[in-house]
Amino acid sequence: MKKLLMISAAVAAATLSSAKADDEVLNIYNWSDYIAEDTLEKFTEATGIKVVYDVYDSNEVLEAKLLAGRSGYDLVVPTSEYLERQIKADIYMPLDKSKLPNLKNMDAGLMANASSYDANNEHSVIYMWGTTGIGYNVDMVKERLGDDFEVNSWNLIFDPEVVSKLADCGVTLLDAPNDMMSTALNYMGLDPNSSNKEDLAKAADLMKAVRPHIRYFNSSQYINDLANGDICVAVGYSGDVFQAADRASEADNGVTVDYLIPKEGALQWFDFMAIPSDASNPNSAHKFINFVMDAQITADITNYVWYASANTAALPLIDAEIVESPGIFPPDEIKEKLWTVRTRSARDDRAVTRLWTEIKTGH
Amino acid sequence: MSETAQQDRVRPWRFADWFVRHGRMLVIGLPMLWLMIFFLAPFFVVFKISVSELAIARPPYLPLTSWEDGKLILTLNLGNFQYLIEDSLYVSSYLTSIRIAFFSTIFALLLGYPMAYVIARSTGHRRNILLMLVMLPFWTSFLLRVYAWIGILKANGVINNFLMWTGVIDSPIVMMQTDFATYVGIVYTYLPFMILPLYANLAKLDTTLLEASSDLGARPLTTFLTITLPLSIPGIVAGSMLVFIPAIGEFVVPTLLGGPDTLMIGRVLWSEFFNNRDWPVASAVAMAMLVLLVLPVMWLRRAQSQQEAG
Repeated sequence: MKKLLMISAAVAAATLSSAKADDEVLNIYNWSDYIAEDTLEKFTEATGIKVVYDVYDSNEVLEAKLLAGRSGYDLVVPTSEYLERQIKADIYMPLDKSKLPNLKNMDAGLMANASSYDANNEHSVIYMWGTTGIGYNVDMVKERLGDDFEVNSWNLIFDPEVVSKLADCGVTLLDAPNDMMSTALNYMGLDPNSSNKEDLAKAADLMKAVRPHIRYFNSSQYINDLANGDICVAVGYSGDVFQAADRASEADNGVTVDYLIPKEGALQWFDFMAIPSDASNPNSAHKFINFVMDAQITADITNYVWYASANTAALPLIDAEIVESPGIFPPDEIKEKLWTVRTRSARDDRAVTRLWTEIKTGH
Repeated sequence: MSETAQQDRVRPWRFADWFVRHGRMLVIGLPMLWLMIFFLAPFFVVFKISVSELAIARPPYLPLTSWEDGKLILTLNLGNFQYLIEDSLYVSSYLTSIRIAFFSTIFALLLGYPMAYVIARSTGHRRNILLMLVMLPFWTSFLLRVYAWIGILKANGVINNFLMWTGVIDSPIVMMQTDFATYVGIVYTYLPFMILPLYANLAKLDTTLLEASSDLGARPLTTFLTITLPLSIPGIVAGSMLVFIPAIGEFVVPTLLGGPDTLMIGRVLWSEFFNNRDWPVASAVAMAMLVLLVLPVMWLRRAQSQQEAG
């Protein structure tokens, strides 16, 4: 009994001290399935900092928590245009770069691209990046479109004649108005960031024409459905599609999934590590950012999640299969065709969401 | 007389006495306090946001009051409500929600009434087991049960696999992402809320009335229609309201099971809040929904008090 009392006293003391000291805990809020299995363990081993890890599956959910304030998180991972708006709303603290020596590992070109969202990369460091392209079931598509059909274009989604042939095996879109509208705009040769009413109306018309052939709009369900052969074409995020391909080959269910950055290009996005200004453990958060920028740690994450890192030093440590995959690390001629999306004004955002509802529901 | 008064005065303070005197206030006061803190206060917060203006800030709306040149300025932005009327989206999604909730209630009633009737008519052990079966699903998370329906209804799911195996169909029937799936989900989820009040009502039914009816030569159907059914109306109303009201605002079932064109107010509210980050309009939608829900509740109260008076 006495021993038990002593143990509980020790535990109480440990909890108290960890709650007090700035460096002992770190509350991370990251995307689901977006980190290597051993990253957190290694971090705790290296620094003694205990990590509380929580996940989300949409930027909207993250943003709602951040906007409400006092989220309790010390490190979050928002995507490009969300980060840009959240910086405007004064949600993040500037990074103390003296605490981030591993910044030297980062790809200067990609960080320069990223500075269009966050001037001088003052508040953020790229975690991973990827594209919004097409995931498809190789055999089902070939069976319906014929051997001669070249699968290399967004016509797989936006040409009613092509989509109608695929409708019976299941075509799905992301439930992400910005991604989908900018892709439609780009397909028509318009500025993917246009907020011009006529341009948006044209994009909406394009989508409405293929709407009858779309099975559903969802931003995560397609991973499982592609892997199981429940659907055959999905607009999806690069790494997610590769995960579906991986699951299918593991299940050995006769399903072959592939990812395509169409010849018209694809939306390129970045996920950033950033520290909310009301974080209670900013020191721990800085240590974690620096830890992730370590070449081996980043390489481990990329090898596990199949999203591209923006870390030059990590490249030699990444599996050849991933580095050589044009869907993950696209060659220069494809890279040139990638585009990024920017934040819209609240009014334009509303217009896009409204069009999106109209496309989905007919209202 | 004076002696008893004397006794009263010297009697020591006792909780029971105090409780009898003040208990009524206590019993009413606690739930009132509860309602004030957890219903009225959030209600006013939502109301406040619904008349404020959108901003890129944390929180994402402007304060109602400002101080300028020694003047306190109160700004109420009614544009959010105006917006709900101007765009037909909101009205039509309210109507769809009501339609889906209404038919779900009817289906739940048609399914739940016979079940409640059988439970009320069975006795002892059997009744307890049947009641247990109605309540058992509550032991599993609601979300998991809805996910289970995905496994049952999807193209590679239980039903389609079975039908294909028996050769009834050649290609899977599309059930997921349809209104059908939404109805199945809502009726399944809220069925216990229909059965339990109906059961409570039917169990109290005076069976001598039924005997009298059959003694007087009425067939079972006539007895049911003229005695059981009219007497169970309070149960029907209570059960229907318990299904109808939450079904209007249902978000999870139409999101997971329904098709993209199943336009329910819960989803519209979600997209206002999350896609548009427009907390003011989202709050206005919530306020409008509340008004829409208060009306049937008031109607229920009136129906009930009339029932008691009659």
